[in-house]
Amino acid sequence: MIRAVTRKALPAKFEILVRIIAVVAAIAASMIIMLCMKFNPFVVYANILKGSLGSGYRFCQTVNKAIPLTVLSLGTGIAFKMKFWNIGGEGQFFMGAFGAALAAFAFPSLPAPLLLTLMALVAFIFGGLWALIPAGLKTKWGTSETLVTLMLNYIAQKWVGYLQYGPWRDPQGNGFPQVAKFAANAILPKVFGIHVGWIITLVLAAIVFFLIKKTKFGYEIQVIGESTETARYAGINVSRVMILAVFLSGGLCALAGMMNASAIENTISEKMSGGIGFTAVITTWLAQLDPLVMVIVSFLFSMLIQGGSFLQSSMQIPASMSSILQGIIIFFVLGSEFFVKYKLFFAKRAKKNVIDTNTAEVAK
Amino acid sequence: MNFFISLGLFLQVAVQMGTHILLGILGGILFEKAGNTNLGTEGMMLLGASIGYYAGIKTGNPVAAVLCAGFAGSLGALIYAFITVSLRGNQVVTGLVLTIFGTGVAGFLGKVLTAQPLPTSVTDVFTHRAIPLLSKIPVIGPMLFDQSPYIYMSVVIAVLLFLYYKYTRWGMNVRSVGENPAAADASGINVSLYKYVHICAGGFLCGLGGAYLSLVFVPRWQENMTAGAGWISIALVIFCTWNPIKAIFAAWAFGALKGLAFKCQNMVIAGHAIAISTQLLDMIPYVATVIVLVIMSLKMKRENQSPASLGNAYFREER
Repeated sequence: MIRAVTRKALPAKFEILVRIIAVVAAIAASMIIMLCMKFNPFVVYANILKGSLGSGYRFCQTVNKAIPLTVLSLGTGIAFKMKFWNIGGEGQFFMGAFGAALAAFAFPSLPAPLLLTLMALVAFIFGGLWALIPAGLKTKWGTSETLVTLMLNYIAQKWVGYLQYGPWRDPQGNGFPQVAKFAANAILPKVFGIHVGWIITLVLAAIVFFLIKKTKFGYEIQVIGESTETARYAGINVSRVMILAVFLSGGLCALAGMMNASAIENTISEKMSGGIGFTAVITTWLAQLDPLVMVIVSFLFSMLIQGGSFLQSSMQIPASMSSILQGIIIFFVLGSEFFVKYKLFFAKRAKKNVIDTNTAEVAK
Repeated sequence: MNFFISLGLFLQVAVQMGTHILLGILGGILFEKAGNTNLGTEGMMLLGASIGYYAGIKTGNPVAAVLCAGFAGSLGALIYAFITVSLRGNQVVTGLVLTIFGTGVAGFLGKVLTAQPLPTSVTDVFTHRAIPLLSKIPVIGPMLFDQSPYIYMSVVIAVLLFLYYKYTRWGMNVRSVGENPAAADASGINVSLYKYVHICAGGFLCGLGGAYLSLVFVPRWQENMTAGAGWISIALVIFCTWNPIKAIFAAWAFGALKGLAFKCQNMVIAGHAIAISTQLLDMIPYVATVIVLVIMSLKMKRENQSPASLGNAYFREER
């Protein structure tokens, strides 16, 4: 029999090693599955690399996907830090895009810097308010925020769909149900060939890092995450901090929607998210809620997504392959967590080892 | 008289539109009674829908198709169980990943399935069968007694599940696992085994729910055919207060709501055709779910509470 015992603490080096082993094992497992499906796994992975980094254009595409993913992760992460399970990034993303479009269509003649700021502001407020619905329901009546945020995702998406097929449908759309494109002054400018969102994203990551790690507000969020009881006892106004933090969380997710609407789509549509809000939940968790790690993890995931869609054209493998790969990799990383937290023994040796660690404790 | 006939037909459709949700809820009850939050329902439904359909095409055997769908759901649930029970991973994230994984597998297989119709040897078995005499009862006759055998099966499963939790030793044991695993462990119940078995059984039912869509209701392959039904079922588990009998009515009520939305698409009031946007009507089930969740949290009674240890991993040495 195998027995598990809680570890006291683990050197950071070992923790990273466990995670690397998990990812390597996941890649190995996915290769076996590819072999079963009669694909050459090395060619598949080579194509994923080629499709995501192989040329300047593809690299830009990968970064374009990493930008919203990172910002959504940052937003989701703030809520997760409080153990407020905001799975609603997707919906807040749509509401942000909606808010941005509303501003872009209302003031088409404003100069670009002013209009873009206005769009971001409206998006932030819309997304924040959208996230306040589950936050309000939770603080007031204890309604499960996980399920409410999930439902609101669908409602927000249908809302954008309603605009696209209904009142906002472009009469010059050649019969296609689509919203008119934004004017040039509502589109984010490019810096080094990629829209300026990449700079905004890096700045946001730094700001969120600072906010969580260095400010009183960030500290309060962390305390609430540990225990609302403790927070209350320490005199923290739990519902105020929670409402404010969830507003920030939703607002950040909405900014991702605004940037995508402005720079990538140049309009809004019900298909514009592609489930990225759900992927952000995963990247947030994988990054252990650390804003700087999120940047890296999101980029790696964007490589997988972008490379996955390249597989479709280069090898006729459906792009869903990347969802399967994502699933396998995270299953392994989730499982590896166990080896970080617990120590395994074979039962025969177990007793002796436990005594050893105990005496070691005493000796210290 | 005419009104009663159309009401009867409407109720018949309502049941048909709620059956996959019913199976999803029953799966959810199995997870949550064993103390696990599983957000993977949508993924397991899609696994069941795609693999069940695939098996249906390959074998032409309806029983094989249904069993494959169930086992596909169970397999997804088994991955979830291994990570959350044995390795004590985060249940929320694992469930979400299961959904992404299931969506990926269904999308992958779907490329093969889209062009292929189900053989008639499968579809014929699942067409509606009127039970003589009983189906002639006005209004509720067609709803209850003129349906596909698949729907009869879903109701039977719900009733069996109710009896299981109420009257059998295993059912009571698993309830104690969900409420207080430490106490259950102390009284000699194998907590991990109970969790594994019930999670896999729940996955089986979610798989059946997905296969209902692809084999019976539609019956063709459509990309992302569950369209959020898995999430709605998870929410409705709370609505029916973990009671399989109430689950039947919750699911059918939601089916009726969907049917109503469908009817509203082309309404004729006083001779004027009124068209309401499909997208707005599609929102109704989700809005209704939020309202239901709020109402449930407002009137949470003690006996209606969720299993006390829901969402927590159990580790003997951390008691």
